[in-house]
Amino acid sequence: MDILNALVAFLNFVFIPGVAYGAQLALGALGATLIYSILRFSNFAHGDTMAIGTVFVILLTWGMQGMGISFGPLPTALLALPFGIVLTAILLLATDRVVYRYYRRVKAAPVILVMASLGVMFILNGVTRFIIGTSDISFTDGERFIMTAGDFRESTGLAEGLAIRTTQGVTLVVAIIAVGLLFWFLQKTRTGKSMRAFSDNEDLALLSGINPDRVVAVTWIVAAALATTAGTLYGLDKGFSPFTYFQLLLPIFAAAIVGGLGSPIGAIAGGFVIAFSEVMVTYAWKKVVTYLLPDSMAPSGLIQLMSTDYKFAVSFLILIIVLLVMPTGLFKGKSI
Amino acid sequence: MSGAQMTSQAAAAGPARGLLLAAFVAALFIATGMFQSWTLALLIVNMALISSIMALGVNIQWGYAGLFSVGTMGFVALGGLSVVLVSSAPAPGGWSAGGTGIVLGLAMGAATIAAAVMAASKMAPGRRRTVIVAAILIIGFFLFRAVFDPAVQAVEANNPATHGNLGGLGLPVLLAWPVGGLLAAAAAWAIGKAALGLRSDYLAIATLGIAEIILAVLKNEDWMARGVKNVISLPRPVPYEVDLQRTQGFVDWALSWGFDPVTASSIVVRLMYTGLFAVVLLALIALSQAALHSPWGRMMRAIRDNEVSAEAMGKDVTRRHLQVFILGSAVIGIAGAMMTTLDGQLTPGSYSPLRFTFLVWVMVIVGGSGNNWGSVLGGFLIWWLWVMVEPIGNWLMVVITSGMADGWLKGHLINSAAHMRLLTMGVILLLVLRFAPKGLLPER
Repeated sequence: MDILNALVAFLNFVFIPGVAYGAQLALGALGATLIYSILRFSNFAHGDTMAIGTVFVILLTWGMQGMGISFGPLPTALLALPFGIVLTAILLLATDRVVYRYYRRVKAAPVILVMASLGVMFILNGVTRFIIGTSDISFTDGERFIMTAGDFRESTGLAEGLAIRTTQGVTLVVAIIAVGLLFWFLQKTRTGKSMRAFSDNEDLALLSGINPDRVVAVTWIVAAALATTAGTLYGLDKGFSPFTYFQLLLPIFAAAIVGGLGSPIGAIAGGFVIAFSEVMVTYAWKKVVTYLLPDSMAPSGLIQLMSTDYKFAVSFLILIIVLLVMPTGLFKGKSI
Repeated sequence: MSGAQMTSQAAAAGPARGLLLAAFVAALFIATGMFQSWTLALLIVNMALISSIMALGVNIQWGYAGLFSVGTMGFVALGGLSVVLVSSAPAPGGWSAGGTGIVLGLAMGAATIAAAVMAASKMAPGRRRTVIVAAILIIGFFLFRAVFDPAVQAVEANNPATHGNLGGLGLPVLLAWPVGGLLAAAAAWAIGKAALGLRSDYLAIATLGIAEIILAVLKNEDWMARGVKNVISLPRPVPYEVDLQRTQGFVDWALSWGFDPVTASSIVVRLMYTGLFAVVLLALIALSQAALHSPWGRMMRAIRDNEVSAEAMGKDVTRRHLQVFILGSAVIGIAGAMMTTLDGQLTPGSYSPLRFTFLVWVMVIVGGSGNNWGSVLGGFLIWWLWVMVEPIGNWLMVVITSGMADGWLKGHLINSAAHMRLLTMGVILLLVLRFAPKGLLPER
């Protein structure tokens, strides 16, 4: 019984939050890694792209709620998501037209593009705050739980409860669909193949008649879809605040680099590695250990390796370890 | 027009252009003084001086050597920490509560890391090495926690409402400025050892992360500088306004010139800060200029412009990078200590990467990367804008919305004007990158 209780506590406090957070990070890292492999720069504005995409979704959600549209037990934001993606894609395409295209034309060094993305980051950050302010916003509605802790306890008779929030379930399902679509797109469609070719060898791709402008435009659209989806799922799960999204930049890039920058599979793996490390290192294991050990050996402390405020340190330490041991990441990424 | 002619023209236009721009920025500050108040103008000048020093530090890293480090905020915060550690009074009972335990714990932590690094570099690669290094780290971590945690708890339980920390050494606050530089330099050494071998993008992400970690440590390790409970009323290197107002001689002097003693006291105090900061800035500029035009500076620029050929010429690129990274970080640390001295308090909650990392980068790029005077110009111009954009934006919004009916939108627009500064900085950065990529004062 105690082993089962320990397992349930582990699932409830570590595994399920870890999976949801990992899926959100993976989507964010996919967008960053895609931009890196095709446009060949680290986009510092990616966190703020997620923020502004989420702002679009929030505004549309409010509009839908105002019109009385709802998605039954699911969050209304999911209905607003496709429209949010379209708006974000238009914004990113406009940004590319106004900012980045020039630097591609003059073949600027990647670091100049990174600087330009800093400027875009400032602007998006300002616009986000301009539109929606700086306060925390919760925009989830519908059923709160797929399974509540109380129901679980009643049906199983265990002392520990297992709760699955709707937003966690939605995160996982939507992330699986998004990743499935992305891989189908990259592997099976003509445009996707041309994107991969462009990423592998730009000169060869140009030589074989691939239109670079089209590849770049499609990349921004896909990045907009991934960023908006990641941002919306994170916001549904943990609430929206502009500053948090800016800070997500660090775990997202850590995930992309740990997986191998430029590798989509790596981004997903990296997302889960970072998410699980953050959750496991900052979780107080007292409850789980108390179930597993006999009463006489029950721990007195919290058995928390690091306080939750050090979660950035965790992403960072993993980043450094992976870079020292495997400089190109878990899945061989590319380096410029 | 041939290339040579253009270069000589640019060189001739250099000093005149610089003077013109400097006059323009000076005019901005004088206008602020005349139309608003001189105390405000001096307040902006003081922060602009500090920002210029931060920009100088970033310029040393980026402009001289092409290191893309975005960890500025962390070094600023370390400088601030040094002010608390050096100049605040020792907390009564703090050291006896757990000072030795904390020092012992930290020493053990450092020894663990040193042992792990040693084992990793001395042993042959393989499973054995991995296991031993991991074992050293894990055992060391738990030993460290076993010694460190009780000591921290004891210190933090010591009079938590006013202290709960070890306190400082109670030394003169000016001493904290070089110490801040040393602290930042030490941190930069450790960071550089781990991260400088990495590619430019990785270095950026790594330094961004380290800055967040430094801040997390400052916020959470209450025993050090009280964390988010802040350390207030740090000693000042200049007299207090109230003391000046109580001094008969000062009041007589102010009245004899026809000044109001209260305003005069605040202006005099701020001028004293201005003088101190200006001395530091000028000294650092002189050193930076000397370094930039020495063989060392030429070597740095050679490495920046072509790492491969510099390496082929026998230059140790990684070592030089580490050197310049430490130097730049030390300069930023000094600026951080000066800022905390000016504020008179350390508030870890108020540090944000937009303000302390990326804004400084905007200063460097707008001023002209590689040009020390450009950093100073960028520091003054961008800091003035950062402060003034908010009132200007507010005024603009009130004008724009004056025709609108009172309502939700009008209120929202006027309230949102505060966020104009981020937007403005982004637009300025993009415009400069696009139309004047070498900045206002290009490197010559």
